[in-house]
Amino acid sequence: MEHIILVTVENKFGVLSRIAGLFSGRGFNIESLSVAPTLDSSMSQMTIVTSGDERIIEQIVKQLNKLIDVIKVVDLNESDFVSRETALIKVHTRQEDRAEALRIADIFRANVIDSTPSTYTIEVTGDPKKIEAIINLLQPLGIKELTRTGRVAVAREPLRSMSVQPKKVARE
Amino acid sequence: MKLTGAEIFIECLRREGVKTIFALPGGVVLKIFDMLHQQKDIEVVLTRHEQGAGHMAEGYAKATGKAGVCLVTSGPGMTNVITALADAYMDSVPLVCFSGQVPTSLIGNDAFQEADNVGLSRPCTKYNFLVKDVNELASTIKEAFYIATTGRPGPVLVDIPKDVSMDKAEFNYPNSVSIRGYNPTYEGNKWQIKQAAEAIVKAKKPILYVGGGVVFSGASQELIELAELTQIPVDMTLMGLGAFPGEHPLSMGMMGMHGTYQANMAVHYADLVVAIGARFDDRVTGKVSEFCPYAKIIHIDIDPTSIRKNIHVDIPIVGDCKAVLRELNQILKATVNGEQKELRKAWWEQIREWEQGHPLTYHQEQDGPIKPQHVIKRLYELTKDRDPIVSTDVGQHQMWAAQYFKMAKPNRWLTSGGLGTMGFGFPAAMGAQAAFRNRLVLCIAGDGSVQMNMQEMATAVVHKLPVKIIVLNNRFHGMVRQWQDLSYEGRYASSYLDTTPDFVKLAEAYGAVGLRPGKVGDIDGILKEAIATKGPVIVDVPTHPYENVYPMIPAGGCNHQMILEDPPELKQKQSSGDTVTPQDKDTILTA
Repeated sequence: MEHIILVTVENKFGVLSRIAGLFSGRGFNIESLSVAPTLDSSMSQMTIVTSGDERIIEQIVKQLNKLIDVIKVVDLNESDFVSRETALIKVHTRQEDRAEALRIADIFRANVIDSTPSTYTIEVTGDPKKIEAIINLLQPLGIKELTRTGRVAVAREPLRSMSVQPKKVARE
Repeated sequence: MKLTGAEIFIECLRREGVKTIFALPGGVVLKIFDMLHQQKDIEVVLTRHEQGAGHMAEGYAKATGKAGVCLVTSGPGMTNVITALADAYMDSVPLVCFSGQVPTSLIGNDAFQEADNVGLSRPCTKYNFLVKDVNELASTIKEAFYIATTGRPGPVLVDIPKDVSMDKAEFNYPNSVSIRGYNPTYEGNKWQIKQAAEAIVKAKKPILYVGGGVVFSGASQELIELAELTQIPVDMTLMGLGAFPGEHPLSMGMMGMHGTYQANMAVHYADLVVAIGARFDDRVTGKVSEFCPYAKIIHIDIDPTSIRKNIHVDIPIVGDCKAVLRELNQILKATVNGEQKELRKAWWEQIREWEQGHPLTYHQEQDGPIKPQHVIKRLYELTKDRDPIVSTDVGQHQMWAAQYFKMAKPNRWLTSGGLGTMGFGFPAAMGAQAAFRNRLVLCIAGDGSVQMNMQEMATAVVHKLPVKIIVLNNRFHGMVRQWQDLSYEGRYASSYLDTTPDFVKLAEAYGAVGLRPGKVGDIDGILKEAIATKGPVIVDVPTHPYENVYPMIPAGGCNHQMILEDPPELKQKQSSGDTVTPQDKDTILTA
């Protein structure tokens, strides 16, 4: 089963290779991995999309925790979460296709962020299914280049904490 | 006052209480060696190969419980020490390895003797550092020792570029270390420990399965207390030998592929297995799906990843063995009563029946070829009162040593378990000898594996490390030959060592002493002579070439399905003679 794991790591050189090495050395899958700094610049946040049965996911979480440069590991599948991915798609457009490309972008609420007489570069954000769908529609026009960010995700705030909020306000 | 990186290095080692390092110089570490040469606190044992340095540091660490330290140069120095790092990583040996690196300005330029030391060692170290600034050297070394010796111990590499060893900085050695991503758990969960205690009290057929974690945690006393209090039999892994006294009536000896009959039967039929500081290695579990099918499993380990890695565990307890056992014993003292003895009466009767039915056995004819087991048994009986440290290489001799040399105390048994590194034994024995100059240190080796680090005899002679090597010389890679006999119809592909050196002359060539018993009756005398000799000794014992290690669980087999003796076709070979016959030699060399 697919799992999304958030890993907070030290922002040091070599950390990415430790994580990647752990996955390759132990034969775990990485479907996608994205890294970026957090609010605290001494740390980075990784979103790793992986898959495996319960036992493997338990090992992945434990092995990640064991790495000294890893500060925190959260398996998002243990709660509710939202995830998004962005793709930049450079579509080759002949004169007669240009309107069609724009229509497709419009349907997916995607933006055209660059344009030349023979191409559009389209930015689309959504879940993987949406990205697959727009790619499928644009493919007949001719996709020159495609770059995907891999998924990023965040846990949904539990409903419980929302109901707690007003009480606090009331007391104050 | 500002110090150079090399001076800071030495100052840090002093603060860590390091007395001995095992080292081999090279271009980029010359500054450090130059400073080492000008001080007296730290002894430098100059090895003949970096692998030897690594294993010596391991032997030192295993015997003392403190971190072993080695120092190597960049490039080939680093690649040579990697086997020792991997060995230490598998067996959780606290090790700090310092490697030289080309100057920071040249890193990545394919400079002379450059290697990506951090990249090379990443999968076989607990952690590694590249020090890019001399101002960070002291705090890095402090962290390296801290990481190597805390939690589940392991090797740590510190890579020091040449310019960092020459640059100057103020020396500030931190008093404490805090790493936000590294907080090992020492105290076990109290509720889980209570659950474990309840299960132990109720169990009819319990067994303790004890590994190297008990040795490193220094929990032997607590273990003995637990076993005696509850009267539970103790199975030890290869790494756990010595954690519990081998001659104790509750000791079942070693378990696993070449474990004793009673140890393996007991773990298979147990209704409760209490694993302490062990990791359910495949050499212990055999076929995982049928490992202790009737048992509830309690697993105490400091490393959470060990728990449920191979085997489903019912009561996991993450923590230091010593702390957890102490807590567990406290609860048990209040709850254990006479009832358990009655409850487990049938279990003990069964165990004694297994024990008496299939003891470890070999047949030594008085005028026949020397049996390797007999040599080890005599060695054990002649030396046990001297509380010796015993190292082994890897192979048949290692298994016989594990079976017949019953360790009484922890930190005396030095062997390569996880990685199975041939060539480990001799340098490891030297490392232990360097830590304990006046103790008796024995190395039981095979003629195949001892040659893998033979060059260190020069180090032993120069540094007066009087290790006694007992070579069980069957002119084969014996364990390979055994598997070929059992699984490959006796085709000895590359296992026969046609020209084995004359080990007596070899010892003499190095300036050591070489001895060789000619027949069974000579063994005691020769061993005594070796022990009485002042310097290092090689005792070359020509042994029966076709002797096999039993019991044996075939690869992928279950623990209760042991082969206990040679199948009939091999028995014939056994009785065929004392050396490889000319016909044998022909088949070996032409097949």
